[in-house]
Amino acid sequence: MKDYEVIIGLETHIQLNTVTKIFCSCKADSWEDEPNTNICPVCSGLPGVLPVLNEEAVRKGAALAAAMHAEINPESRFDRKNYFYPDLPKGYQITQFDQPIGKGGYLDLKMPDGQTRHVRIHKLHLEEDAGKTKIEHGTRLVDFNRCGVPLVEMVTEPDLRSGDEAAQYLIQLRQLLRWIGVSEADMERGHLRCDANVSIRERGSEVLNTKTEIKNVNSIDAVRQAIGEEAKRQIELVESGGIVKSYTLDWDADRGKLTMMRSKESEADYRYFRDPDLLPVILSDEEINAIVEALPELPMERRARFVEEYELSDYDAEILTNERSLSDYYEDAVRAYPGEAKTVANWIMNDLSRMLNDLGKTANQLVLKPAALAEIIQLVDEGKINAATGKSILKKVEQSGKNPAQIVLDEGLGLIADSDALRVQIEAILSASPDEVVNYKAGKESLLGWFVGQVMRASGGKADPKRTRELLIELLNK
Amino acid sequence: MKLVSISAFEIAQKVRGGELKASQVTQEALAQIRKVDGIPGSLLPYQVSAEEERKVHAFIQVTEEMALAQAKKVDEAVANGEDPGMLAGVPISIKDIFCVEGTTTTAASRFLENFEAPYTATSVQKLIDAGGVILGKVNLDEFTFGSSTESSAYQPSTNNPWNTEHVPGGSSGGSAASVAAEETALSLGTDTGGSIRQPAAFCGVVGLKPTYGRISRLGLIAFSSSLDCPGPISRDVRDAALMLQAMAGQDPKDSTSSVRPVGNYLQALEQDVRGLRIGLSPDYEAVYYPDLETGEIHREPIQKEVHDAVLRAAEVLAKAGAEIVENVPMPNTRYGIPVYFVVSRIEAASNLHRFDGVKYGYRTKSEVRNLEELYRRTRAEGFGPEPKLRILMGMYLSAAGYSSDYYQHALKVRAMIRRDFDRVFDPIGEFSLDAMLTPTTAATAFKRKDVFGDSLLMQYSDQMTVASNHAGVPAVTIPAGLDDGGLPIGIQLIGNDFCEDMILRIGRAFEQKTQDDAWRKVRPQALGGEVQA
Repeated sequence: MKDYEVIIGLETHIQLNTVTKIFCSCKADSWEDEPNTNICPVCSGLPGVLPVLNEEAVRKGAALAAAMHAEINPESRFDRKNYFYPDLPKGYQITQFDQPIGKGGYLDLKMPDGQTRHVRIHKLHLEEDAGKTKIEHGTRLVDFNRCGVPLVEMVTEPDLRSGDEAAQYLIQLRQLLRWIGVSEADMERGHLRCDANVSIRERGSEVLNTKTEIKNVNSIDAVRQAIGEEAKRQIELVESGGIVKSYTLDWDADRGKLTMMRSKESEADYRYFRDPDLLPVILSDEEINAIVEALPELPMERRARFVEEYELSDYDAEILTNERSLSDYYEDAVRAYPGEAKTVANWIMNDLSRMLNDLGKTANQLVLKPAALAEIIQLVDEGKINAATGKSILKKVEQSGKNPAQIVLDEGLGLIADSDALRVQIEAILSASPDEVVNYKAGKESLLGWFVGQVMRASGGKADPKRTRELLIELLNK
Repeated sequence: MKLVSISAFEIAQKVRGGELKASQVTQEALAQIRKVDGIPGSLLPYQVSAEEERKVHAFIQVTEEMALAQAKKVDEAVANGEDPGMLAGVPISIKDIFCVEGTTTTAASRFLENFEAPYTATSVQKLIDAGGVILGKVNLDEFTFGSSTESSAYQPSTNNPWNTEHVPGGSSGGSAASVAAEETALSLGTDTGGSIRQPAAFCGVVGLKPTYGRISRLGLIAFSSSLDCPGPISRDVRDAALMLQAMAGQDPKDSTSSVRPVGNYLQALEQDVRGLRIGLSPDYEAVYYPDLETGEIHREPIQKEVHDAVLRAAEVLAKAGAEIVENVPMPNTRYGIPVYFVVSRIEAASNLHRFDGVKYGYRTKSEVRNLEELYRRTRAEGFGPEPKLRILMGMYLSAAGYSSDYYQHALKVRAMIRRDFDRVFDPIGEFSLDAMLTPTTAATAFKRKDVFGDSLLMQYSDQMTVASNHAGVPAVTIPAGLDDGGLPIGIQLIGNDFCEDMILRIGRAFEQKTQDDAWRKVRPQALGGEVQA
C-alpha cells in the first residue's frame, strides 16, 4: 500500500452569544423553548419587513476575527444567498459574500506531542441562521426560532492532516470562543457546528484531490471518528482501483457510520447579490482598535507567559489556561500571594479544582475570592494552620463568605505554637510515658516521632509540628 | 362646494378648527366611492356592463368601519380640545402594496388573496397618527409590476377617470384615479421607476417621489428595494407637501431611511421662484428603445402636446422670475430603462422568493409529491404573467456567469446616471441648477389593452421618470394641461437630494400662476365632464 496523507478542511458555524437576533429584536437563544415562540414578522419573512443590523453581532464577529489574527475589514457588506427551503422564510439567507468582516487569519494548534500545526483561515463572515424542519408522522414541521440567530461562518484552508488534528482544532477553537466571550460554543446545543472536507493524496504530493464533505460532525469525538472512517474508506477505494467522487456524507454518531446524502456534481447557483436593505458596515480605525484592544490575552499567549513568568511546567500552564475564569483566578491569586507562583498553582489544580467540580461552578462564580485563597496559603506557610486545616477552610470561606483569618480565630483552628502551652502538654505526655523516655535517652532516637504523634493527638492536631519537635528535643535532653 | 372636492389642507384646517366633522367628510367620501367607483376589483368573474365600463374601479377594498372609527377618534379629539394632527379628518386611500393591520394586503396578486399583515407600514401609521382617515386599499399592477394597472389579478382594473376607455397608468393607478375622481383627497403610492408620477400625470393629479430614504419603506411589499419609494398623490402641490410632511423622517426599522432632519415643506411653498435656476434638457425630448429584431435603437420624439406643455411651463416660470437654463445635457437618461430592466428584475426575483406557499398566502390545492412540486405548482398558480416574467428575467440576469455581464455593468451605468444629476445640481458647477423641468411621460394615457401584453413597450413608457429612481433624487409631477383628446398632461420637476421643498415650491408657483387657465376648469368624465371625441 502506498503512503497516504489525509487532507482536511473544516467549515464551522459559530453561534454568537448576543441577546437578540442579528436583524430583529427577538431573543437569540431558543434552547428548550417551544417551536416558533421567538419569532416576529422580520425573522419569519413576512412581506414588507426589513432587517436592522444588531451592532453587537458585528462587534463580536470582529472580535473573533481579531482573535483569529484576521484583518477586520473597515467596510464589510451583506449579500443575499438565494435558495428555496422551508426553513428559510425569506427564500434567501443574508450573509457576507465578497466583502466579509474578516480577512485571512490562522490558528496555531498545539498538538499533544508538542508539535504545532498552523491552520490558515480561508473565510470568516457574519450571517443569519436558518430555521429547523423535521418530518413527523408524514408531516413536515417548521420551527423558525433559530431564523436570524447571528452566526460566524469560519472555514479553514485544507491544512489539517488527521482526525486528531481536526478534533484538536475544535477543542482549541471552542476554548478560544469561550475565552473571548463571543459564543457559548456548546456543541451539543449547536452553538458550534462543524462540517469536514476530506480528501487523500500520496504523501509528498502537492495536488488537492476530489474531496467529500461530511455534514453534522457535531462533537469532538464525531470529528475524529468520522474523518478516520472517511479517510479509511477513500484509501481502500483508491487502493482497489476506485475513484473518489464528490459526495456529501452524513455522520450518524449513534451507529458510527457514514451515509451518502447526495452527489455534489452540480453546484447550486445562489445568485448572490448585495442586500439592498442593509447599509455597508463601516468600522472606523478607532472602532477597530477598540475591538482589538478589548480582546483579552489569548490562551496560547498566556500559556507561554505562565511558563516564562511563573516558571510553571508546560503541563501546569496548559491546565491553568484552559478556561478563562480559572486562569484569571490563578493570576489574581498569584498577585495577592507573596510566595512562589507554583504553590498557588498546586492549590488551584488540586483542592480548588476539586471544589469547583463538586459545586459545579466556574472560578469567577466562587465566593472564595483569589485574595482569600492567597491568605489561606499564607496562613499555612506561616505555620498558623496546618495544610489540612487550610484545605478545610477553603470550603468554609466558600460557604460562609467570612475571611480565612476570622474563621481560624472563631473556630480555634490555629496551631499551638505558643511554647508555654505546648510545654505543659509535652511535659504531661513525658511523665505519662516513663518507659519511652528511658528508651529514648538510652539512644532510641526514633522514638521522637512517636512523641510528636502523641502531642499531635493530644492537641487535636493543632500543635505546630515544627515547634513541638524543637521542644521535645529540648525537654528530653534535659 | 362639495366636501370631496376641497383640498386636504382645507379639510384638516376646518376639522382642527371645529368647523367640520371628520365623520362628515368620511361619509361623503364613502358616498362618492359608492357613486363613481363601481364594483371593487376581485378575483371573481364579473359582468362587463356598459355602466361598469364607465366606472373608476380604484378600490379593491373599502375599509368603511375602520375609516368611521378613525374619523370618530379625530372628532372626539377635537371635542376634547386636543389637536388630532396635521391630517385631521383627511380621507386617504392606500395602494394595496402596504401592510395595514386589520385589512387584507393583496399586492393585487392571487398569491396574497387572504393575507392579513399583523403590523402596519410606518408610512401608513404616520398618516393615521396625524389624524388621517384610511378609506381603503386601491388597485395596482400585480406586485407593482406594470404601468397601466391592467396586470392586477383583481379585475376590473382601474379606469382613467378622465376617459374610462383609457388606463390610469400604473402601477399606482388606483391611487391616482381615486384622487382624480375625488373619492379621496390623498393617496399613498409607491414609485420604483415612475409608478407614482406616471399615473398621477395620466390622471391629472400631483404625484411626488421623494428622495430615496426620505419615507420609510417598512411595510411596503418590496419590488426593487434599492429603488422603491413611498410617496403622496394629491390634487394640488400644497396637499402633496402636507402629506410628505406627515410621513417623512427616519425609521429605526428601515436601515435605508435617512437620518437627515425633515424640512418644513409647507413653509417652503410661501417663497416665490425669483432667481431660481431651472434646466431644460434635450435628453428629455425623445424616448429611445431597441428594435426587438435588430437591436437597433429607435428614437421616438415625445408627444408634441406634452413637449409644448413643458415649454409653456418654462415660460410661466420665467415670467415669475426663474432663470431657465436650456440645453442641459443628461446624456445617460436614455440608459435608464435598460439599467432598470437589470437592477429591478434581479431584486424583484429575490424579493419574491418568500412567496413559496409554506408560511402564508396561496398554496396549491393539488396533491404534490414533494417539496419541489409544492413550490412549482404554488408559484405557477399564484403568480400572474407579469411577476413570472420578472422572476424569469431576474433569475437569468443574476445567474452565476451572467451577473458580471449584466448586474455589475448595470450598476456602473446607474452610477453614470447619478453623475448626470450630480453635475447639473453642483452648486459651484457649470449649471448649478435648482431643478430640472421635464415631461413626466412621453405621451398621455394610452387606451386600455393597447399596450398591455407588450411588456417591453409598457416599460419604455417610464423613460422620463426612471432616471430619478436610479439617482435617488426627488421628483414631482404636476398637471400642466390637457391634450387634444382631453387627457391630462404632466410636467415633472426633479430636484437634488432631499430638496423636496425646492421642487414643491416651484410646482406651487406654477400652479398659482396658471390658476385661471381654461384647462383647469375642465372636469373628468367620472365627475360628469364631457369626453372629447
